[in-house]
Amino acid sequence: MRALRNIVAALASLALGTMASAASQPPPGMALVPAGRYAPLFRGEKDPKEVVVNAFFLDVVPVTNAEYLEFVKANPKWRRSQVKRLFADENYLKSWIQDLDFGAANLSNAPVTHVSWFAAKAYCAWKSKRLPTTAEWEYTAAASPHRADGANDPQFKQQVLAWYAQPALSNLPPVASRGSNYFGLYDLHGLVWEWVADFNTAMVTGDARGDTGLDRKLFCGSGSEGTNDRDNYPAYMRYAFRSSLKAAYTVHNLGFRAAKDL
Amino acid sequence: MNCRTKRLLRIGFPASLLLAALTSVGAETDVKAKGAKPSDPAIVGEEVAVLTQAPHVPPPIKRTHPTKVIIKLEVREVVRKLSDGVEYLFWTFGGEVPGSFMRIREGDLVEFHLNNHPSSKLPHNIDLHAVTGPGGGAASSFTAPGHSSVFSFKALNPGLYVYHCATAPVGMHVGNGMYGLILVEPVSGLPPVDKEYYVMQGEFYTMGKFGDPGLQFFDQEKAVDEKPTYVVFNGAVSSLVGDKAITAKVGESVRIFVGNGGPNLISSFHVIGEIFDRVYGEGSTTPTLQNVQTTIVPAGGSAIVEFKVEVPGTYILVDHSLFRAFNKGALGMLKVTGPENLLAYSGKEVDAVYLGRQADAGSAAEKRVLALEEQMQQAIKSTPAIANLTKELQVERGKQVFMQTCFVCHQVDGKGIPNQIPPLAGSDYLMADPERVIRTVLQGLTGEVTVNGKQYNGTMVPLNNLSDDEIANVLTYVKNSWGNTAQAVKSDTVRRIRSEAPAPVANAYE
Repeated sequence: MRALRNIVAALASLALGTMASAASQPPPGMALVPAGRYAPLFRGEKDPKEVVVNAFFLDVVPVTNAEYLEFVKANPKWRRSQVKRLFADENYLKSWIQDLDFGAANLSNAPVTHVSWFAAKAYCAWKSKRLPTTAEWEYTAAASPHRADGANDPQFKQQVLAWYAQPALSNLPPVASRGSNYFGLYDLHGLVWEWVADFNTAMVTGDARGDTGLDRKLFCGSGSEGTNDRDNYPAYMRYAFRSSLKAAYTVHNLGFRAAKDL
Repeated sequence: MNCRTKRLLRIGFPASLLLAALTSVGAETDVKAKGAKPSDPAIVGEEVAVLTQAPHVPPPIKRTHPTKVIIKLEVREVVRKLSDGVEYLFWTFGGEVPGSFMRIREGDLVEFHLNNHPSSKLPHNIDLHAVTGPGGGAASSFTAPGHSSVFSFKALNPGLYVYHCATAPVGMHVGNGMYGLILVEPVSGLPPVDKEYYVMQGEFYTMGKFGDPGLQFFDQEKAVDEKPTYVVFNGAVSSLVGDKAITAKVGESVRIFVGNGGPNLISSFHVIGEIFDRVYGEGSTTPTLQNVQTTIVPAGGSAIVEFKVEVPGTYILVDHSLFRAFNKGALGMLKVTGPENLLAYSGKEVDAVYLGRQADAGSAAEKRVLALEEQMQQAIKSTPAIANLTKELQVERGKQVFMQTCFVCHQVDGKGIPNQIPPLAGSDYLMADPERVIRTVLQGLTGEVTVNGKQYNGTMVPLNNLSDDEIANVLTYVKNSWGNTAQAVKSDTVRRIRSEAPAPVANAYE
């Protein structure tokens, strides 16, 4: 673990050293996530054990209702009444009262949910940003409040797990209600699920069983085969959650945040 | 679909093409689902399955032909009572633990709808052990919150089958309550009985200890170590006791569909005071054994037990791994009402003192031993020499107790300490009331007391740590020393007074 952290630190300084300093200044509302390595929870036989995550910027908090309202004001085709069914299911922005009204003022800083992958992607493009990849998101979310790698911090793991033991709230609290992690990012755990660009790459849910090593990894039997960390229940749940989605799906506690290259 | 998408992503297709691919594959899947399923000529008609919550079971199937059965099951994540004052966020099939009981017939075609409630945090699916096919339906029923999946299967094998969620981490989904039973009746049906019930065991792993109040969180470490905090029937401690006990009348035949969701433990299912006339082992629909006391119900398995109730009363259902029953909650009740059946069970006929002999009660040998015992007692009483000997023995033994416990205050010569500790030698208080002095030793004495005309105001601590024999002996000693004479104090008398006495005075030292 220490070795890994050293690599992370070395890569981070390398990345910082080679980049123009202007480029590594995070845009407003974003934080720099230094380069590092991420070991995917699931991988095929031919996939590498670790992947390098290049340094990138990530929104400090998930996109809020107020921010998303600006997006739909500027892009009428993403309003609830006008969105194409192909790009968002019938529950798109369900918790909003109408096209340009997310309801009570105290929800302005709550994360926007009931948004599809297509919608999240369009929002990011409008902001000249992009959705983070699974590797980027998981690498970032592995950080505990005080360490870049929270894997060996039982207290951190238990805090992450606690979210699943509490009933879902009908009204979500504002973003950044709790402390940030090592990279200065808020709400990666304990508020909402978040879309990633490649949400549907972890597994196969169709009928094509046995065609790749990734097949059915999240179900019984093969559930823990080939995983790098079989005790990481929150990671299992995130992978399972992502795998249950289709790009047009919207879910009441699924939001997103945007990433940007350096 | 995702498989293809993944490959496309891997080789770096632009997003617009990917989007097109997603849509077209989606359309293709729909066509396949609607058009490719062959029709089964044996299937006649269509019906919606009746689902019940434990301990109830849907009525037996009267149909004599297979049909298309539509089952709609809703997944909900709900906070419910796990024990008195203890709440837990259960993940459920149908809003309760265990999940709804389903009843179909061998040969039926089941159209299964799994609906994941919009308030759910997690995706869920269902693996029915009654399904023949990879995953038991798990992959086909994998459903995001606020969505619905449909798949079909043919009930090829009769039996009592467990179903459960198989979404990663599987153990946690099952450990949070996601299991239930589906009965596939054989073509010939099951023999008719008077009462049918649904009882399913499962364990819960909480951060707090058994009984710790409030909303309890799942404890991953306890689950991995297979050390449950709770082992319960039907989802909660006391879900089958008192008013919620299952019932039957004398003479009725009872069938219990027993399931075990696990996730870890194997159940030794037993009904205290009953013998299972028939056990359909491991959920078979053919009886496998007769006259069984305790039957094994594997994790992720089942058993059907049948018995006729002959005698009224309360029958306790347990996992006979008994600490689970009495310390973790695996206990239920079957209450049987009706007339007594004294031929089958007499109730208590004799309540007698048992003296620990080998001979059978009432036998000739026993009677002879009792007669001899009585003869010896008479002989001791009528022979002063022997009677005195027993008293002398008590005095000798009592002296040892006195020299360990009493002499520090009352002194070796029994004269006490002037103005502080009353004397025992020649004490009117000691000799006056034979029972008061026993009580004094057991409970201690605080406050004013007059001995031989002198006032004392101190504290004697209770000496109830001494045994009945030790107290009888030490009192016999002090009442027969330093010029005192009295009858021996009997250990039985001490025992009686100890049982009558109120709890020792708490402020004896204060």
